[in-house]
Amino acid sequence: MSKKTLVVIGNGMVGHKFLQSMVNSDVMQDYQIVTFCEETRLAYDRVQLTSFFSGKSEDDLSLVEDNFFEDNNITVHTGDRAKHIDRKSKVVTSEKGVSISYDKLVLATGSFPFVPPIPGHERDNCFVYRTIDDLIEISEAGETSKVGVVIGGGLLGLEAAKALKDLGLKTHVVEFAPRLMAVQIDDGAGAVLRKKIEELDVSVHTQKNTQNIVDGEECVHRMNFADGSHIETDVILFSAGIRPRDDIAAECGLALGERGGIVVNDSCLTSDDDIYAIGECALWDGKIFGLVAPGYQMAQVVADHLAQKDNAFTGADMSTKLKLMGVDVASIGDAHGVTDKAKVYTYVNGADDVYKKIVVSEDNTRLLGAVLIGDTVDYGNLLQLKLNDIPLPEYPDSLILPQRDGSGATGLGVEALPDAAQICSCYDVSKGDICQAVSDGSTTMGALKECTKAATGCGGCAALVGQVLNKELEKMGMDVNTDLCEHFAFTRQELYHMVRVEGIKTFDEMLDKHGKGYGCDICKPTVGSILASCWNEYVLDQPHAALQDTNDRYLANMQKNGTYSIVPRITGGEITPDKLIVLGQVGKKYNLYTKITGGQRVDLFGARQEQLPVIWKELIDAGFETGHAYGKSLRTVKSCVGDTWCRYGLADSVSAAIDIENRYKGLRSPHKIKLAVSGCTRECAEAQSKDVGVIATENGWNLYVCGNGGMKPRHADLFATGLDFETMIKYIDRFLMFYVKTADRLQRTSTWMMNLEGGLDYLREVVIEDSLGLAETFEQEMQTVVDAYECEWKRTVESEERTKQFSTFINTDKPDSQIVFVPERDQLRPARQDELTSTSAD
Amino acid sequence: MQTATELDLNWVDVCALHDLPDNNMGAAVLHEETQIALFYIKQIDQVFALNNLDPFSGANVLSRGIIGSVGDELVVASPIYKEHFNLKTGQCLEDEGVSIAAYPTKVTEGRVLIGLSS
Ligand code: SRM
Ligand SMILES: Cc1cc2nc3c(=O)[nH]c(=O)nc-3n(C[C@H](O)[C@H](O)[C@H](O)COP(=O)(O)OP(=O)(O)OC[C@H]3O[C@@H](n4cnc5c(N)ncnc54)[C@H](O)[C@@H]3O)c2cc1C
Ligand code: SF4
Ligand code: FES
Repeated sequence: MSKKTLVVIGNGMVGHKFLQSMVNSDVMQDYQIVTFCEETRLAYDRVQLTSFFSGKSEDDLSLVEDNFFEDNNITVHTGDRAKHIDRKSKVVTSEKGVSISYDKLVLATGSFPFVPPIPGHERDNCFVYRTIDDLIEISEAGETSKVGVVIGGGLLGLEAAKALKDLGLKTHVVEFAPRLMAVQIDDGAGAVLRKKIEELDVSVHTQKNTQNIVDGEECVHRMNFADGSHIETDVILFSAGIRPRDDIAAECGLALGERGGIVVNDSCLTSDDDIYAIGECALWDGKIFGLVAPGYQMAQVVADHLAQKDNAFTGADMSTKLKLMGVDVASIGDAHGVTDKAKVYTYVNGADDVYKKIVVSEDNTRLLGAVLIGDTVDYGNLLQLKLNDIPLPEYPDSLILPQRDGSGATGLGVEALPDAAQICSCYDVSKGDICQAVSDGSTTMGALKECTKAATGCGGCAALVGQVLNKELEKMGMDVNTDLCEHFAFTRQELYHMVRVEGIKTFDEMLDKHGKGYGCDICKPTVGSILASCWNEYVLDQPHAALQDTNDRYLANMQKNGTYSIVPRITGGEITPDKLIVLGQVGKKYNLYTKITGGQRVDLFGARQEQLPVIWKELIDAGFETGHAYGKSLRTVKSCVGDTWCRYGLADSVSAAIDIENRYKGLRSPHKIKLAVSGCTRECAEAQSKDVGVIATENGWNLYVCGNGGMKPRHADLFATGLDFETMIKYIDRFLMFYVKTADRLQRTSTWMMNLEGGLDYLREVVIEDSLGLAETFEQEMQTVVDAYECEWKRTVESEERTKQFSTFINTDKPDSQIVFVPERDQLRPARQDELTSTSAD
Repeated sequence: MQTATELDLNWVDVCALHDLPDNNMGAAVLHEETQIALFYIKQIDQVFALNNLDPFSGANVLSRGIIGSVGDELVVASPIYKEHFNLKTGQCLEDEGVSIAAYPTKVTEGRVLIGLSS
């Protein structure tokens, strides 16, 4: 049987989701798929568009898996717009002249930003905010501009304003309505939001009707308003709403709504039985859904319809929760209380700029809508009450009143939710899905995220997911065993607190007070590391030495044949020719295998235990110090050459890296930590793959956290932008101390962050907003560690007693005669087992 | 197979007790071509001796492992791939088929003696 042809117009978020749904469906084998993609880029994450400004690349935003089109045999015409549909002969023609006959056609053309026909709107430096190309143009214009205006104070307008602000422009928001976000929130909330946004130095102008845009005197443009006032600006962004892209549908005579939009039924079929429409171009029940989740549902509905499976689009909830310019905003259902006889309860806290409102049914039993500004922790609960039509408590206002007596929030426990309740709307994960995943073994937040994807989109559902998780664990009677090992019935974090609070100084003291048995290779190094983090005493002092993993105990990494490697610190990767010569001389003298590491320094391999102090003495005399390559501690701070030499450099990345490395060297931590500093966004130092990464920008340093390479690579998240060096160091101090104090054994910063309830946002709150009031303590504790730093190897080689501990045998000075090397590429390497047996036979 | 009685053993003096670290850390001694790992456990004031060769890596490193307990048994964890060996018997905990030589020890007048079969 020959395959039928399915044509998809538009490779945006929803169009691509549809392709993915098809690929996962059996019906795929019946179709040959062709898709038209007007943009020069294949589908990317428009929701995260703004993060393009904060350093996310096109690749990061891409939604297309490697080789997706090739592997699935889908033809894609990139940079080609479908222009005409001939419904009679069932042919689609494109701008570049491609004609394809279809059996079935799917329109996923999305929408376009509405630009009000204000005279002057077509002038230079007037933009919209929809595609990556738009953003590239905006940022180019931003380079030569001082002032920016966003026309439109809705969700997207505020997001665009944030972007202008981040580009370093003095930013204004101009809104026609009397308040911001007029669609989602009411006057009271609008006032609180406005105040918060003005505090961020963005000027808000409401009830302004722009008459025309003309040449300015100080800036490129002057915007004249109907009330006689005006603003001068260099850049203008229009964000006055979106309109469905229905032109191609209109031209071929498909039924449209009165105000646009391609009319579809519950199967997403248009007025033509062979043509579907999905996403923002589709009009269902008189409504356009300007969010991605409903579009994704439509994509699945069409794939199912083609496969003759039961599924229908039944509308979608448009509730939203987001952080706009750092302000928490949420709106649920009937936010304006327009339902007949609805009752409204409002809570306003002027001191903290918190506004909460709920709209309930006449009989007080059902929640109809809500608005939250400044504090959105109740969002998850309220949304579930509304979606699942759950009866309200006797006094509904208790839902939004602060719980000051410590009794905990009222409202509903997650137990009240039915299994079908959707917890994560970004990835359509229900409570049932989460419960199932927990009983299948995903018993931590991190594992749950990985397995269900819940809480990995907007993050709005994280708290609720956590609650479901805990309830499930409780139900399973499964007190998750977080004991470190059989000797300590505590977590690493609890042990850390004991050390701090009780001033515990040795492992024996810890074992006596809180443990049992003799300890083991898990708890000894863990406690050793905590003691070192807290007191930073010399790790080879009598009580600590036995706790260290061999690597720490001999201050070097053991290699496969029992010899050790030597890695001196080379801060920032910068080294003088003289020092390089010393390394060469030492390598030569002791016949060590020499290699440049992946961490911008030099590793010397093959030193026997008893040679370590001798070799280190030579290195220390030449001005080197330990590189802690053996410790769970700061490894390297990689740098690029920066503005000293590089023509693109925006700051002295080498000096910054050296300062940072010198500050944190020696810090003992739950796992190793790696940092890097790049001089500009070309990112030659790969800072975005580090636990802490720093990139210079025109406006200061951008700070990234929680990245790593290794077994599970993860890009770091942008944490803060435009920092001066001093503030940045403060943030890093706090970040690292918080990590050192609370992470689990062998947990790198990324997994640690993923397991924190609230994730990155929570981390920002703790580190930047100081929500726990611990910032100062963190800084002080870090300073103590910094002040207590000394090179362990220097201390070791200074004392004969200590160097004696390195002799291989306590009853003779002889070396281990069973260590055998063989030559390779002009250096030595350990003999392999087969080579060993042949050499030792004689 | 015949079990060696005390009498068949050749008691070798390898070091003084005070040469051994007193904080539950191992140390190695060389007797002719044999490398022996010694562990002095302070809580019970006793010395244990194992062959120093880690059978999994072929390197002489067991004296450099971390000492601990698994249940009631005292063990050392190999520093290379972290297998555990019983200090009394030399039995590997992770792999029933692997065990290493464990030697009887005694302390006489401050000297550590190891019983090697002659
Ligand atoms: C020497 C070096 C390879 C080289 O020849 O280039 C190296 C060698 C070792 N790495 Fe590495 N890593 C080296 C750079 C890296 C890098 C690249 C980097 O730092 O930019 C990575 C990926 C980046 C990262 O960690 O985010 C890397 C990811 C690992 C991992 C996986 C960590 C993870 O989170 O998945 C391990 C295993 C571990 O730590 O548990 C590891 C562990 C090791 C150990 C310590 C394994 C061991 O216990 O024997 C190796 C011993 C080194 C020695 O004896 O000195 N090494 N290792 C590099 C030393 C850099 C330095 O100057 O200190
Ligand atoms: C800055 C920004 C932030 C947003 N934030 C959120 C958010 O937080 N949450 C949320 O749910 N939603 C958000 N959205 C909305 C979300 O991006 C859209 O709902 C989603 O992209 C709609 O997907 P779509 O496929 O229908 O349209 P689009 O993603 O716009 O894709 C349509 C594609 O079709 C192409 N096309 C159109 N006509 C043709 C033709 N004739 N031939 C070929 N190709 C054609 C277009 O060029 C486009 O690439 C945001 C949008 C923006 C711009
Ligand atoms: S990151 Fe930028 S400044 Fe640094 S070397 Fe590369 S291009 Fe130059
Ligand atoms: S609701 Fe957005 S991540 Fe779950």
